[in-house]
Amino acid sequence: MKAKGKTWKFGDDINTDEIIPARYLNTSDPNELARHCMEDADPDFMKKAAPGDIIVAGSNFGCGSSREHAPIALKAAKISCVIARSFARIFYRNSINIGFPIVESPEAADDIRPGDELEVDFDNGVIRNATSGKEYAAKPFPPFMKEIIEKGGLMNTIKSKR
Amino acid sequence: MGMTITEKILAAHAGVGRVEPGELIDAKIDLALGNDITAPIAIREFRALGVKGVFDREKIALVADHFTPNKDIMSAEQVKILRDFSREQGIVHFYDTGRVGVEHALLPELGLARPGMLIIGADSHTCTYGGLGAFSTGVGSTDLAAVMATGSLWFKVPESMKFIFRGKLGRYVTAKDLILFTIGDIGVDGALYRAMEFAGDTIDALTVEGRLTMANMAIEAGGKNGIFAADEKALAYVQSRTSLPFTVFASDPDAAYVDVREYDATKIEPLVSAPHLPENTKPARENGTTIDQVVIGSCTNGRIEDLRLAAEVLKGKTAHRDVRLIIIPATQEVYQTAMKEGLFDVFLAAEAAISAPTCGPCLGGHMGILAEGERCVATTNRNFVGRMGHPRSEVYLASPAVAAASAVLGRIGHPDELT
Repeated sequence: MKAKGKTWKFGDDINTDEIIPARYLNTSDPNELARHCMEDADPDFMKKAAPGDIIVAGSNFGCGSSREHAPIALKAAKISCVIARSFARIFYRNSINIGFPIVESPEAADDIRPGDELEVDFDNGVIRNATSGKEYAAKPFPPFMKEIIEKGGLMNTIKSKR
Repeated sequence: MGMTITEKILAAHAGVGRVEPGELIDAKIDLALGNDITAPIAIREFRALGVKGVFDREKIALVADHFTPNKDIMSAEQVKILRDFSREQGIVHFYDTGRVGVEHALLPELGLARPGMLIIGADSHTCTYGGLGAFSTGVGSTDLAAVMATGSLWFKVPESMKFIFRGKLGRYVTAKDLILFTIGDIGVDGALYRAMEFAGDTIDALTVEGRLTMANMAIEAGGKNGIFAADEKALAYVQSRTSLPFTVFASDPDAAYVDVREYDATKIEPLVSAPHLPENTKPARENGTTIDQVVIGSCTNGRIEDLRLAAEVLKGKTAHRDVRLIIIPATQEVYQTAMKEGLFDVFLAAEAAISAPTCGPCLGGHMGILAEGERCVATTNRNFVGRMGHPRSEVYLASPAVAAASAVLGRIGHPDELT
């Protein structure tokens, strides 16, 4: 599995209220949530971002509430993956559980510039920066989580074991 | 090498004698919680799985507390999903308007959270029950769906950090100030993926409610859980509310911690956390910031002890003419007790609005939303961008004492400044 797209860069501690503000949580419809994705971090984000684009952020991405609406909104907004220095733990769990790709790489998060064209290979964990020509290694997932990701999320994993 | 309380509870629920930090385990769940925002997705996922019934209809709590009393049609539809599912599955612990309280104040009150339990909730502040010596942590909706279907869930055993507080707290210094101080010290990701264990004579002297307040905000430091050893006070609290059994775990003297911090609590002052992160702590005293609103309530500080403290500060005073004061008792029981004790007389004389129990404004839902440029002092737990309303509004986190004093002063201040 691969992702390819342009970089949108954000700072540290991007929280779930910024990813999807609570004022829109009176629905769980993915497409409705996607319309407001990242709205309180960048009000024009959804006007600018194209399908496949990649978010690169600092540490503790997705901190705050447990709302699964946050990775659901990003996934429905067709963001192909988030690369960060680190992820808040509930966001991390939720992303794996719904099969939304996240990549932890402090080196990539620090080095990648806004607008850089990236290619992420989830199978070997290599992030290639087509703009700068550099390559970075993603922190590998433990086999247990890899299985969930490969099966497309936690519910599919449970189904396959029933 | 010994084990921490967190490790012991996880080992017991994984059916093994010992676990190590970093180990992935599958553990049995004693209680699973969802609310009107997170449960609809969990119910959708549960149905998609094609499972007929939930694993245990007595071990699931569905609490419609966030946008209730239903703030609009779409919120009403979400609550209806919970109600219909609860009826269909015979869920024992479903709570809606009139019976509902803010979930993390309600479940301890009902005796549903007890020492030694493993509790998960599709709400980040599920870590609150660590105040009673339970391992409890926030998860997402899909996790909740998995638990409703199977009764178990995967966990990575966290490393533990220990925070030791020593000394007697000064007047108007509360458990809220201790946790804001801790987050200010280690930062909003200072305990990322870790257990936060609290100890010391200052902690021993805290009430159970104070410990629930502290455990509630473990997530604001990135923590997986906050935990306190269940002492006699905790046992008395639980036994006064339920006859259901429980097991008490304690950390071994030679348990391993990745970090141990010792604080002199006598030096801690009433604090506020300035926008837009809970780690931006500053002294409340003589802080000149003018404000438009004060909210006293939430799963952090909406319990009876919090309202008593607010009333003590507000007695005989009136909120500043430029300030809207909103008081939200966290549960029906807190509401009734506050009313019986005459606290409402104090609040009404102070020109406060008193709301039915709800999470309401804490997450920008309803019952006190901020306009552009407005500032609020709130006893809640998050001051992120846009948390209580307009993306250019501001929230300052504080204790009920500081919030009440600030309401009267019209600016952030210390209760001492009122006399």
